[in-house]
Amino acid sequence: MSSLAILNARLLDPSAQLDSTQNLLVENGRIAAIGALIPAHVVEHIDAQGQWLIPGLIDLGANLGSAGNIPSEAKAALQGGFTHVCALPDASPVLDNAALVQAWVEKAAKAGQAKVLPLGALTQGLVGEQLASMVGLMETGCVALSNARAPFKNSYVLRRVMEYAATYGIPIFIAPDDASLSGAGCMHEGKVATRLGLTGVPRSAETIALSQALLLIQQTGVRAHISQISCARSLQLLQRAREDGIAVTADTPLANLIYTDEDVVGFNSQFNVRPVLRSEVDRQALLAAVNEGELAISSNHRPHDVAAKKATFADAQPGMSMFDGFLPMALTLVAKGELKLAALLNALSALPAQVLGMTHGLKVGNEFSAVLYQPDAVHRYRRSELASKGRNSPLAGQTLQGEVKAAFVAGERVF
Amino acid sequence: MSLDPCKVQLTADGRLKHFLTTEGLSKELLTEILDTADSFISTQERDVKKVPLLRGKTVVNLFFENSTRTRATFELAAKRLSADILNLDIARSSASKGETLMDTLWNLEAMYSDMFVVRHGDSGAAHFIAEQVTPHVAIINAGDGRHAHPTQAMLDMLTIRRHKGGIEGKIVAIVGDILHSRVARSQIHALRTLGAAEVRVIGPGTLLPHNIENLGCNVFYRMEEGLKDCDVVIMLRLQKERMQSALLPSESEFFKLYGLTEDKLRLAKPDAIVMHPGPINRGVEIDSTVADGAQSVILNQVSYGIAVRMAVMAMAMSGQQQEKNERNGEGA
Repeated sequence: MSSLAILNARLLDPSAQLDSTQNLLVENGRIAAIGALIPAHVVEHIDAQGQWLIPGLIDLGANLGSAGNIPSEAKAALQGGFTHVCALPDASPVLDNAALVQAWVEKAAKAGQAKVLPLGALTQGLVGEQLASMVGLMETGCVALSNARAPFKNSYVLRRVMEYAATYGIPIFIAPDDASLSGAGCMHEGKVATRLGLTGVPRSAETIALSQALLLIQQTGVRAHISQISCARSLQLLQRAREDGIAVTADTPLANLIYTDEDVVGFNSQFNVRPVLRSEVDRQALLAAVNEGELAISSNHRPHDVAAKKATFADAQPGMSMFDGFLPMALTLVAKGELKLAALLNALSALPAQVLGMTHGLKVGNEFSAVLYQPDAVHRYRRSELASKGRNSPLAGQTLQGEVKAAFVAGERVF
Repeated sequence: MSLDPCKVQLTADGRLKHFLTTEGLSKELLTEILDTADSFISTQERDVKKVPLLRGKTVVNLFFENSTRTRATFELAAKRLSADILNLDIARSSASKGETLMDTLWNLEAMYSDMFVVRHGDSGAAHFIAEQVTPHVAIINAGDGRHAHPTQAMLDMLTIRRHKGGIEGKIVAIVGDILHSRVARSQIHALRTLGAAEVRVIGPGTLLPHNIENLGCNVFYRMEEGLKDCDVVIMLRLQKERMQSALLPSESEFFKLYGLTEDKLRLAKPDAIVMHPGPINRGVEIDSTVADGAQSVILNQVSYGIAVRMAVMAMAMSGQQQEKNERNGEGA
């Protein structure tokens, strides 16, 4: 029987109403006791004085690039505080068949870092025309299916995708984007885009696709999660859907809680992301929804090499590399008083666990997947030393307070 | 971290070292450009037109988008400043455009070029080059996407100043396709800074960008209202593609609503001038009788273009030289 005792950590889990300095005992990968005296047979002790022990963060959407990147990205995820990462299907090659998913699952298991939870494609090649082998994908280890941000050919295909998924109880993730409205847009359509002469993505590109998805979710009864919300108006649509009895969850990328379209002034291609960074009004609404426990937070991690961003704004590859320093970066919102600590942790662990139907959190009997975080540590993010292969980290060159010191997945210390 | 585009183009003591945008530049600096250009106009009227300000310097015309007229005026301007000039037309390759752009520029920099005149289809391209690629080469923006065309805007300011006695207190209307126009954006910033009483933009909703009023202009949908009491009417070129992308029904409907005819021009002040950055589409945005009429200063704009380009090239080169001297001084 393997056992581990974590001593003197500040145990922090809002979903378990836990915030106190106590000991925690892990036996056979599960939490055996909290606060109790540690039995004499436990030989492995970690003194976590001055550190927080929090449930591992669960990412509802990251792009890992290709299978070859799994070791680096799963390691970077751990350093950012994630013990579980949903891998988006818009990888290379697209995660649309069971054999590929199988290879990813094996590669991730071998890497032994953060647990990679594949999101298989809803349509073949993400083209949005023909259904992918959804049941086969789920049997191979996908936790849900998604079309990433790739459009469906028309409403008919989306309807059939949802109907088929509903038949087998397959959960789906929808990132709402009407491609005909977002077009060649590379930033939020608004006064900054007008000033810079960059093509804008109107809010309606998201809200129209979301409205369409919500109506079809209601019609088909599929279990659905809405990924990557960026606008205040989308939150109102989700609220109304819930009032209509549609059980639907949603997330927003961390970048959309930190940055706005004003950050694009100066044409820094780092801020070319999808969904686009919207106005301060939108950002405030997203923060409020997180504080109210209605909105999860995803990483929307998208690693790129230097060349991908060394281009004019519109020509640069969209996306930010978010794993390195993710938790310290998210906690800056708490330091600024924009998010409550409990709401932030909830949005990054309890809510995503609920979306995925996972049992998670610091409760006796649960699998022990958690991280030790030292709030007073200071870390400098040198571009050459980032754990992710992505060089497009918003933290590159910056120093941030707080650092993940250890991570445990299913009882194993993996970092 | 990227800096604000307006800051990137200035030396520590506020002199021009690149010319990327009219936005954020002081009234004094814009006036200095106009005064310098004025002084070059007198040299252009002489038999010997060359001045030695850029002697021994190499200027590269780097055009990623087609342009005959703008490129030619930059070439003439560089030659009249006694610079060596190299013209490069670089078609945008579809694959790894960013890489090609950077490699091209580094190669040119390695040839000891002193100034790049850049036209590119992407907004922010000149700024990107100035800040991230070749910071010690003076960059003159000859048009980037929909963002800015600052030399065009300054030659328009010079035109207004020479024909209307100044910009302060004037009402200026810009008509047509504002959405796709880098010229309009650069004009609005320059007009506001130089003290125009009112800047108006006139066009259909589909050709007016979101929140354009935030740049400090008033929006009009009808010529009857927008042209009233104007001192200056600037017509913009309408591209034929606009019909395909569902922005307009037809050229004829556009001409009916926004085409500048003698009748519509009568709504402006009787001594109003008519301008156009060219090339003009006769019968689409402007009637021939107006384009060739007494109030039109379209051809004058073209001749002022050379003087304005000489002015910003001379000023930016001097700013770069000053920074270079300071760098060398520090190293010594």
